[in-house]
Amino acid sequence: MLDHCIKCNICTNACPVAAVSDRFPGPKYVGPQAQRFRRVGQPVPDAAVDYCSGCRICNLVCPTGVPIAELNARARAQMVAERGLPLRNWLIAHTDLIGRLSAGPQAPLVNALLGWAGTRWLAEQCLGIHRHAPLPRATRYPFRARKQPRLGRGKQVVYFHGCATRAYEPHVGAAALAVLARQGYEVLVPPQNCCGLPLLSNGDFAAARRAHMANVRHLWPYVQAGVPIVGTSTSCTLTLKEEAPELLDLHSHEVQAVAAATYDIFEFLRHLAERGELCDAVRPLEQELPYHMPCQYRAHRIGQPVVDVLSMIPGLRLKLSPAASCCGIAGTYGLKREKYALAQAVGRPLFSFITQTGSSLALCDSETCRWQISHATGVATKHPIELLAEAYEL
Amino acid sequence: MPYETEVLIIGGGATGLGCALDLALRGIGCILVEKGDLASGTTGRYHGLLHSGGRYVTSDPQSARECARENVILRRIMPHCLEDTSGVFVVTPWDDADYADQFVANCHAAGVAVQELPLAELQRRESLLNRAISRAFELHDGSADSFLAARSLALAVESAGARIFSYHQLERLIRMGDRVVAGVVTDRRSGEQQRIDCAYVLNASGAWAGRVAALAGVQLTLVAGKGTMVAMNHRMVNTVVNRCKYPADGDIIVPIHTVAVLGTTDLHVPDPDHYGIEAHEVALLLAEGEKLIPGLSRYRALRAWAGVRPLYQDSGQRGGADRAIPRTFKLLDHRERDGVAGLISLVGGKWTTYRLMAEEAVNLVAQRLGKLQPCRTAHEVLPVPATEHRAHLPPLRGAAARYGAQTEHKATWPINGLAQPWGQNEIQGLDADYYYLGQHLGAVEQSQAAGDLICECELVTRARVLTALEQGIHTLDDIRRTLRVGMGPCQGGWCVYRTAALLYEVQQTQAQDAPIDPNMALRDFLQARWKGALPILWGDQLRQARLDEQIYVGLLGVDLIADS
Ligand SMILES: Cc1cc2nc3c(=O)[nH]c(=O)nc-3n(C[C@H](O)[C@H](O)[C@H](O)COP(=O)(O)OP(=O)(O)OC[C@H]3O[C@@H](n4cnc5c(N)ncnc54)[C@H](O)[C@@H]3O)c2cc1C
Ligand code: SF4
Ligand code: SF4
Repeated sequence: MLDHCIKCNICTNACPVAAVSDRFPGPKYVGPQAQRFRRVGQPVPDAAVDYCSGCRICNLVCPTGVPIAELNARARAQMVAERGLPLRNWLIAHTDLIGRLSAGPQAPLVNALLGWAGTRWLAEQCLGIHRHAPLPRATRYPFRARKQPRLGRGKQVVYFHGCATRAYEPHVGAAALAVLARQGYEVLVPPQNCCGLPLLSNGDFAAARRAHMANVRHLWPYVQAGVPIVGTSTSCTLTLKEEAPELLDLHSHEVQAVAAATYDIFEFLRHLAERGELCDAVRPLEQELPYHMPCQYRAHRIGQPVVDVLSMIPGLRLKLSPAASCCGIAGTYGLKREKYALAQAVGRPLFSFITQTGSSLALCDSETCRWQISHATGVATKHPIELLAEAYEL
Repeated sequence: MPYETEVLIIGGGATGLGCALDLALRGIGCILVEKGDLASGTTGRYHGLLHSGGRYVTSDPQSARECARENVILRRIMPHCLEDTSGVFVVTPWDDADYADQFVANCHAAGVAVQELPLAELQRRESLLNRAISRAFELHDGSADSFLAARSLALAVESAGARIFSYHQLERLIRMGDRVVAGVVTDRRSGEQQRIDCAYVLNASGAWAGRVAALAGVQLTLVAGKGTMVAMNHRMVNTVVNRCKYPADGDIIVPIHTVAVLGTTDLHVPDPDHYGIEAHEVALLLAEGEKLIPGLSRYRALRAWAGVRPLYQDSGQRGGADRAIPRTFKLLDHRERDGVAGLISLVGGKWTTYRLMAEEAVNLVAQRLGKLQPCRTAHEVLPVPATEHRAHLPPLRGAAARYGAQTEHKATWPINGLAQPWGQNEIQGLDADYYYLGQHLGAVEQSQAAGDLICECELVTRARVLTALEQGIHTLDDIRRTLRVGMGPCQGGWCVYRTAALLYEVQQTQAQDAPIDPNMALRDFLQARWKGALPILWGDQLRQARLDEQIYVGLLGVDLIADS
């Protein structure tokens, strides 16, 4: 509620975009302040709100609990409802479709095409996708839904892989399956949709609603049977947990139950550890690695489950990225021509932290953040679950 | 040297300013004196409603008719002061369902355009309204910025050659026999006295009119009816919402600028200068508001204030409730009434009808002075002050200004079977230049001024504050009335010390007759804001007040400023 704002400007100080750009007047301004001047049915008068990346750092620091990022997302959605979604945003918001089109036997061709500077130049000119923006490489062998084992036998868990694991990073999915199996779980991978976050953050609420409701339909039978849903993409799980229900005003019993049953994978593993059920047969990894907790992960408000769980690996030392640092990519934000440079500027403190560690590998839970970090620093990145799988020698 | 003029107007509210403009446009010399800032009386302390007339169709059809007519005229002459919100009268479970048909019949009888609004459409437009509302009617209500209108009127008055003395209080009226021939006014800043000789004194001093008349030895009894209002932090509705019932306390919500205003109450007060706001009034407004918007009292209230109605009772008709006293205005010629020539009083009425009141009063004066020029105020479009964003920004045009791009709703006047209230051409003119909610936000973005705001809540740029200061608007309270500085959620927490600093800077560079001590100005302003916040100090606004207190008392030590 915008009513809670006491104008203290703490959010403005914390916002990584406002810190590097004059085009963005900051969370207080575009959020609770500007909202008093917007009304349904009249055009949104300030396009500047579109420069909010949706990182939610403002929400975290606000002392009075104003959901600023949500106000911004709604204002953007109102703009999209008025002016329509630009083709570029439509494309990059439909990660599911793009992933399906590029992953598979055609992947080498797609990758070659996207690797060619001419194509990227064209894409920048025609679509407004920045020529240097970090695009992932499609995989030949997409991560696929398994044949369905029957529900209700023994310890089961549903894996929510998200678009990125499916089309670009099947190895993250494989690691997750293996780690969960090591805990004695049978892992179910039912059919699933994009979580809808790229649609939400590009303001296409109608499509996001369809995506979320389809997921709820797919997942509801499992949730009803008491099977938890576990995901490796922190933004997908956040969307299932709260972004979609809150922004789309979806509050049915099913939606709530799915939200309550959804866990980030390390959150889930930490629960197991707390109950003494986490397999601790790990080999030592003598390594010091930088770890960046993505903004969307912080927004779960669950502490630092990765740090907690990986602390059982002997020899492993994690160096945490500076508090409230952001890589800038914010999903699809940093791909956009007009925002690419800004997103790089936002990420600069994080990038220099990572390069200063001198490590050739960095850990980060979110796929788009990993791509951005690798792109900007040249440092390879992994999902922490991959490291855990290594420690289990899986 | 005494001044000399044909007409001396007492009171710089809407009525007095309207009279001044009318006189000046007819070529009749006049001077207006106002004891405070323009619009610092009831005009600046009202509810903000541009009446369609609907509120009075039952209790006072004459007023309703006047409002309906003036509504059309004001839309033409001061669109920049008005927002075309439209208005609905809704039947809630607490209201007599039978009244609705009578209401519509009364609207028709009074020439007030009305049409029934399907409930689905009502809910689509105003989703927070009570779902138990059983019927709704749409009328031509709007909201109006009376401060801005006063500034525009003053500009027009001055460019027509008349003079306005604000902060000049009428102290005495001088009679020669049974004729008033001059007034003596005190400049409240310098303390100097000034005599103004005149042929007529036009008493437009609102709730104070009895006191002014008494200066000429004339007895004029007014009932001072205090009305309290509460401003909520944001607009829960974008349409004026009235209960469809006989007018009573707390039955209307007006969206104006960034706030929604609940009102009003009606209590007798002995003194129009001194009255408090009672807790039970605020409680009543919130409780009644809940009937229209369930959950309303959990939203943030910003402040409460009150204005006094100058209700005139002819000596014959005493007794009865205030609301039963006709609100239509009275033009009192004291020569006929009391045998004192040269004095005319204009009391009662509404902001919406200020122009009509002025026209009738000036007709009388002009006739007495033998001046034959007709009234022109219905057609002279008022100027936009330079302190407005609008001066630099093209207005939102057409239907978008009215209900926005997505809404198919267009005002479908004329309404079946009703005489068309105004001509088609006029309607086309109407759409053009209204104020709309996003105007300031759009202007700040357009001028890339987000980093240069003095008042962040109400989006007032440094440039606008400087313009106001350069135009001689110097007290912080006047700047508030002109620009809305300090009227938003933080209630001055961040903007007032900045404004005081600008005031200091400007005074350093421009020689002043009576310079204002910025520290004192700051302290007095905060004191006044505090008074308005007290009646609603809970929840979010209490938190805000604590922060403001930390800033001004903890950090800046404002409480240590000694009286100069
Ligand atoms: C609570 C409330 C809500 C209202 N809401 C609405 C509404 O929504 N819409 C609407 O159309 N109308 C509304 N009205 C009515 C409307 O506000 C008034 O009718 C109108 O503002 C009166 O204007 P005025 O110029 O006659 O009086 P005022 O604005 O009171 O002007 C009189 C001026 O005379 C000055 N004065 C007094 N004595 C002296 C002196 N000795 N020397 C110099 N100056 C002097 C005062 O300072 C004052 O500024 C409302 C009234 C009240 C009380
Ligand atoms: S979500 Fe991030 S980018 Fe957007 S306003 Fe908040 S802190 Fe700034
Ligand atoms: S941190 Fe919260 S309370 Fe402070 S200005 Fe930002 S939104 Fe308002």
